[in-house]
Amino acid sequence: MVKVSYYPGCTLKNKAKELDKYAVRCAEILGVEMEEIENWQCCGGVFCDSSDEVATKLSAVRALACAARRKTPLVTVCTACHNVIKRTLHALRYDAVFSERVRNYLGDEAKGAENAEVYHYLELLRDVVGFETLKGKVVNELKGKRVAAYYGCLFLRPGSVMQTDDAEDPRIMESFIKSLGAEPVIYPMRNECCGAYTFFEEKEAALKKGAAVLKSAENFGADLIAAACPLCRYNLESSSKSLPGGAEKKLPVVYFTELLAEALGVKEARYGM
Amino acid sequence: MFVCHCGTNIAGTVDVEAVADAMKSESGVVYSATYQYMCSQSGQDIIKKAIRDYELGGIVVCSCSPRMHEATFRKAASSVGMNPYMVEIANIREQCSWVHKNREDATSKAITLARAAVAKLKLNFPLTPGESGVTKRALVIGGGIAGIQTALDIADAGYKVDIVEKSPTIGGKMAQLDKTFPTLDCAACILTPKMVDAAQNENIRIFSYSEVESVSGYVGNFTVTVKKKARYVKEDVCTGCGLCTEKCPRKKIPSEFNLGMDNRSAVYIPFAQAVPKVAVIDSEHCMMLKENKCGVCSKVCTAGAIDYTQKDEYIEEKYGAIVVATGYEPISLERFGEYARGMSPDVITSLEFERLTSAAGPTHGKLVRPSDKMKPNTVVFVQCVGSRCEPSLGKGKEYCSKICCMYTAKHAMLTKEKYPDAEVYVFYIDVRTPGKNFDEFYRRAAEEYGVKYIKGMVGKITPDGERLNVSASDLICRKKLEIKADLVVLAAAIEPSPTARALATKLASSMDTNGFFTEAHPKLRPVESPTAGVFLSGACQGPRDIPETVAQAGAAAAKVIGLLSKERLTANPCVAVCDEEMCSGCSVCGNVCPYGAITYVEKEFRVPGGRTKARRVASVNEAVCQGCGCCAVACMSGAMELKGFMSSQIMAEVDAICRTSR
Repeated sequence: MVKVSYYPGCTLKNKAKELDKYAVRCAEILGVEMEEIENWQCCGGVFCDSSDEVATKLSAVRALACAARRKTPLVTVCTACHNVIKRTLHALRYDAVFSERVRNYLGDEAKGAENAEVYHYLELLRDVVGFETLKGKVVNELKGKRVAAYYGCLFLRPGSVMQTDDAEDPRIMESFIKSLGAEPVIYPMRNECCGAYTFFEEKEAALKKGAAVLKSAENFGADLIAAACPLCRYNLESSSKSLPGGAEKKLPVVYFTELLAEALGVKEARYGM
Repeated sequence: MFVCHCGTNIAGTVDVEAVADAMKSESGVVYSATYQYMCSQSGQDIIKKAIRDYELGGIVVCSCSPRMHEATFRKAASSVGMNPYMVEIANIREQCSWVHKNREDATSKAITLARAAVAKLKLNFPLTPGESGVTKRALVIGGGIAGIQTALDIADAGYKVDIVEKSPTIGGKMAQLDKTFPTLDCAACILTPKMVDAAQNENIRIFSYSEVESVSGYVGNFTVTVKKKARYVKEDVCTGCGLCTEKCPRKKIPSEFNLGMDNRSAVYIPFAQAVPKVAVIDSEHCMMLKENKCGVCSKVCTAGAIDYTQKDEYIEEKYGAIVVATGYEPISLERFGEYARGMSPDVITSLEFERLTSAAGPTHGKLVRPSDKMKPNTVVFVQCVGSRCEPSLGKGKEYCSKICCMYTAKHAMLTKEKYPDAEVYVFYIDVRTPGKNFDEFYRRAAEEYGVKYIKGMVGKITPDGERLNVSASDLICRKKLEIKADLVVLAAAIEPSPTARALATKLASSMDTNGFFTEAHPKLRPVESPTAGVFLSGACQGPRDIPETVAQAGAAAAKVIGLLSKERLTANPCVAVCDEEMCSGCSVCGNVCPYGAITYVEKEFRVPGGRTKARRVASVNEAVCQGCGCCAVACMSGAMELKGFMSSQIMAEVDAICRTSR
């Protein structure tokens, strides 16, 4: 059993329980124990871009420091949390002013945070478990399903900081989908923004963005969309509802962990054959 | 001691009179003067007069870098009978006046540098350069327009020249172009006659489908091994009738010449005007070569030219000069996923566009969308794809590829000429069109042809049904644009040919950070490489259009002709020399020598007791040695020395400097 520190984030404990629960259970099957870090707080979410603000990033620093103390890699599932934590780690390593201000706030509590190792759950599957191993553990192949991976922006960008994959032509989710036995669909809008938080200010603009993604996936022959971010999924689903046409015509949007759980036999088959 | 003002270059920061005065009292100095421009005729006359009047044994010139005027002063000294290697330069410009601000400090440093030069000069001894012969034959590597023009010019002067081209035909990139800017004359019409000229010129030999295997020797005396790859067709027998290519059953191989937009057979002639017009069998796809089944080409060939047993052939030849003309390649756009090149066949590169509009291309010159062969109504050109990229992006090139602005204007015009009602957009960062009649050409595209030039970059291309959705920004109107296009043309950055690096290693020639060949001097010696006897022609040195390439090709040829016209070459006498008494024959120097100038010989040496003993010692081939000094540094017993830069001389300089600073 490989032990990792797990940072779930708020949404995974409320609206996006399917991300949390299936991620943890599937990891066990794959030989990874996800140990939730104690006293984690909200990652700061939407404030991640305010680069002059230190306070909103302290939660990420604490999470990093906790994982560093435990000497296990820090794993995230929500791509928004992942983005904040990864960018905070980058700032700790390369921005001397930022790290000094962090030390002023947190003192010893921040110790070692810059040494932490951060993996998104998909990176964990790719780099620690290995997609080949995953393929071997699949009991319920999602054969014949054409799955369109939806990356959104936070998982990949900024490319030089995230270093997850090629930001313009990523492959990690497609490889994941392949290892579950499904057929990945590569479509142009897969790494475009879903509209994010503009949904709450300018709903129409966000719906338009989401609709473009759905249309692009549909045009390229997708049966369903797999997302890694709760907000992405929410926006895509909202866009889908706002489009004309009956429910049966609409592309389902699911979390990638749901597909994983189905393939590993943790969840009852719904999207597999 | 001659101290130069160099106008205000030196005198502005260094008190030159103080330097000259200080040096008057330096031991060994009998004459010390300053002058405004020592390198000028009157400056040189001062030097010559002083040498004669004072019967000087050596001189120090405090001036600019020796790279600039050492040769000038050596020549002046030698004209009045002084050995030129008794001239020392103290660099008080680049290494003193230019880099310091404080006049007092700069003056004191100039004095120190002058003292060091005097200390070294006291240990100088006259050197006499050796001589070597010149092989009157040149080698041109690369058979594009650069190589062809260089070879033609050298051949015209009456010298033998060989072209080595890696592809089955000469012609290079220019053969793939449709029209050329700024006159819109067809590339084939002006290139193919030159190709034929090269083939028919009795001074030119063409090694097509060949590569340079190894290079040894030195300026005037290179020995080169050329690998002639097996083409499985006898070059001197094949008539180029093309019957084999028609009958060959393997026909679904993407054509290199048409960039994969149509197919060729396993035995093929790259294009109708190929030179030499000889078929070649692609061993990767030929069933006969792979599985010993088929043999159709051999059966249909009336000339009996097919030879499945042909092997690679190695030809050794001697050359006096080598010209590199390896050209360029467009970069791979693999890492530019935002342009959806892998998702739609209607996103093409500019070179593919050339093939699409060329009468000899896959569509016989009909400009259509590759996907459905329909007329494109809206065409979007994207410039700077991979050029002028920020290094932090980790993809693309930092430099400007230089030719894209002009050829994109050309493409836009050609599109408009074929389809006057088509909407044509060009997205650019800057439009750069310096060059004779270039800006007029671009303005014609924008003003007369109505091509819509938009300052801004394309962020994303999305296939949307049969069309392409182009998302871009218009920086002048500060608007986001969405354009529905039928065809998108990407002006990919250009980079040096992938074969260039290995060649540079073989030639001991240097490259810059971008992999382009380095010139000996960016302004004053642009067609020579720093390696003596190796010259540069065309885009191997940097992005370059056809007019510039042809000009440079002529310049390189002139340099080669100048070299080959000499009966004997004077070598640099500042070469390594081995003190055999101290040499232990350990081989360290031979291992570090980049030119292969050091060999080892057994020699008899006298030992105490009146006897002799054989010992292995290093021996330097003075004609090959370039005087780099690696061996002198590496030698553990201190036996290896560099003439003109002996350890004792260097130490004398160091001592002089340390004495002053104390």
